[in-house]
Amino acid sequence: MEQFKKRQFLSSQIDLSKFNADSFKKATDDEKKQQDVMGESTTFFKDGMKRLKKNPLAMGSVIVLLLLVVIIFVAPLICPYSYSAFTQIDGRRDGTATNLAPFEYSMREQEYMDKTGKSLFPHICGTDNLGRDYFIRVIYGTRVSLAVGFVSAFMVLIIGLLYGAIAGYFGGTVDLIMMRIVDIIYSLPDMLIIILLSVVLTQRLEPLLVGTVFAKLGTNMISMFLVFALLYWVGMARLIRGQILAIKNNEYVLAARCIGTKNSRILRKHILPNCLSVIIITTALQVPSAIFTESYLSFLGLGISAPLPSLGSLANDARSSLLSYPERLVVPAIVICLIVLALNLIGDGLRDAFDSKLN
Amino acid sequence: MSNNDEYILKVEHLKQYFPVKKGLKKMQLKAVDDVSFAIKPGETLGLVGESGCGKTTVGRTLLRLYEPTAGKITFNGEVIFDTGEQYDENGKVIVDASGKPVLGKKIDKKMLPYRKEMQMVFQDPYSSLNPRMTVEDIIGEPLDVHGLYNTKEERREKILELMELVGLNAEHAMRYAHEFSGGQRQRIGIARALAVNPKFIVCDEAVSALDVSIQAQVINMFEELQKKLGVAYLFIAHDLLVVRHISDRIAVMYLGKIMEIADADELNENPIHPYTLSLLSAVPIPDPETARKSQRIVLEGDVPSPLRMPTGCPFRTRCRYATEKCAQERPILTDRGNGHMVACWNK
Repeated sequence: MEQFKKRQFLSSQIDLSKFNADSFKKATDDEKKQQDVMGESTTFFKDGMKRLKKNPLAMGSVIVLLLLVVIIFVAPLICPYSYSAFTQIDGRRDGTATNLAPFEYSMREQEYMDKTGKSLFPHICGTDNLGRDYFIRVIYGTRVSLAVGFVSAFMVLIIGLLYGAIAGYFGGTVDLIMMRIVDIIYSLPDMLIIILLSVVLTQRLEPLLVGTVFAKLGTNMISMFLVFALLYWVGMARLIRGQILAIKNNEYVLAARCIGTKNSRILRKHILPNCLSVIIITTALQVPSAIFTESYLSFLGLGISAPLPSLGSLANDARSSLLSYPERLVVPAIVICLIVLALNLIGDGLRDAFDSKLN
Repeated sequence: MSNNDEYILKVEHLKQYFPVKKGLKKMQLKAVDDVSFAIKPGETLGLVGESGCGKTTVGRTLLRLYEPTAGKITFNGEVIFDTGEQYDENGKVIVDASGKPVLGKKIDKKMLPYRKEMQMVFQDPYSSLNPRMTVEDIIGEPLDVHGLYNTKEERREKILELMELVGLNAEHAMRYAHEFSGGQRQRIGIARALAVNPKFIVCDEAVSALDVSIQAQVINMFEELQKKLGVAYLFIAHDLLVVRHISDRIAVMYLGKIMEIADADELNENPIHPYTLSLLSAVPIPDPETARKSQRIVLEGDVPSPLRMPTGCPFRTRCRYATEKCAQERPILTDRGNGHMVACWNK
């Protein structure tokens, strides 16, 4: 080994003098086996989730959204105020509790606390002009807005996916007829139909809902879901049809048919996973757009009916007193921003994680 | 062609017409028009012709990825598709008094059991593999579809075996297709085709998308697999050199019809059809000395549109030997000795 000694200090030659004959023994079978390391078998979904977890922006957004969901469920249990009732003290209405600033107590509340020595739950965001606690109204507004957003996005997804997938995969005359129907719905003015539908549906639905679980939600909310389901799936259907048309002409679909794969398996394994990124993005973006639509419908008096608040109607109510009480616009606006931003970032993260072509 | 069992695959009078709308007129694009050939077990039939002459359509139609317009396909002695037309010895459809063709028994078998026997390797290694699936799932799909394993371990074992067979590293089983090079991807496609242990594989321009050194590797692999497994190939390509190297017999196609079919060496040394002659003269010769001496036969004009086929012989518009007869009657393949079949009136 001596002759293999490094001659020069800076040479990159391996200094073999450090080794002896034992170092160059053949590996045993056991040692060889250790080299045959094989990656864990992962599914497409697991793989995507692993990548999603590495994305700090998306994970941050997920945490923010989860936090919001926890708050809207837990806060009403802790906070003693109701979103619809006026602030009360000892079972009597507190007339002095209107237009309070954040964390301010009304005259009567102050007197009560001084007298009894008990402390009252603070008005975190103050109260509105009718003396209702604003914090709890924002919480309920967030509940309503999120519910509207997610339920309608889900309905749009289901209807659009089924319709678009059928039209795209079968093609020909089926596609032609189905897409002309979509064109007709597309060409109707949205606003007009929404107004008409909500007026008609509200009247029609009222007697049907009495005594059911839906009665609690209110006819306006139900009719709004129906409006979304009836009108907004067309965009999704078009998008998915286009994707499927492009994907089904790929050679791997032909290869799958050559193997003998059934239509349902081809749709499930080859076509849908390949338009998944588009589906995810569109669904994630459908949520904020539904939240926006709900808020302008509420502004027109067609959305959520008072006293139930939504973030949109809260923001609209605050416009008139913007100069005196800016916090009433700022708070729901911040919540809307948080929801929309979080959903968009999650959508982006999902696309990056599930689109293996980008990696 | 008397004994059916002698051949693994026999195609007779195969036609594939596609409906085309041109404005208000409905037309038929005759992509494959009356093609017949047969392949013996363990044999390679090369299919050459210029772009758009219907080579790929032949491959896809005989695997019934497209529904054939007419014809008869016999696989391993079993008729799997037959529209029932009958032909006389001149290759014409036998018609009754009213001019309608006399139809025999129609046969249209379910393809699933035959998919296990006939497979295909695709042209483009980039679009023929699903980007959402790992190599393991791509190669495992035929096993799933045909239920060729009992336990997950067995499935995995088979997949690794196949990967080894086509020279892929077993450690790459969990990777996605886009992580591989073109040659490796083509190997994945070949492993997928081999998964069901087929007797016959259509190689649809399987090496055309690869560069020359990789082509050689993949072609050698095809040959080794044939020796090992005894599969028959229909080797579709537009590169005559490649086809000459791998094929036992070669068929030359022009505008949806077979012009000449012969043993590879015979076709090479003794081409008869004027189209084959010009094709062979276009093959680049690596020796400049010989190249200078050889004469290139340049065809005049363009390939006619398959929507407006010339009457009679499809090649007559560009053929220097064309006569009246060529315009009137379509030549049929006739044996010129030793199974060398040519469709030409003059040569």
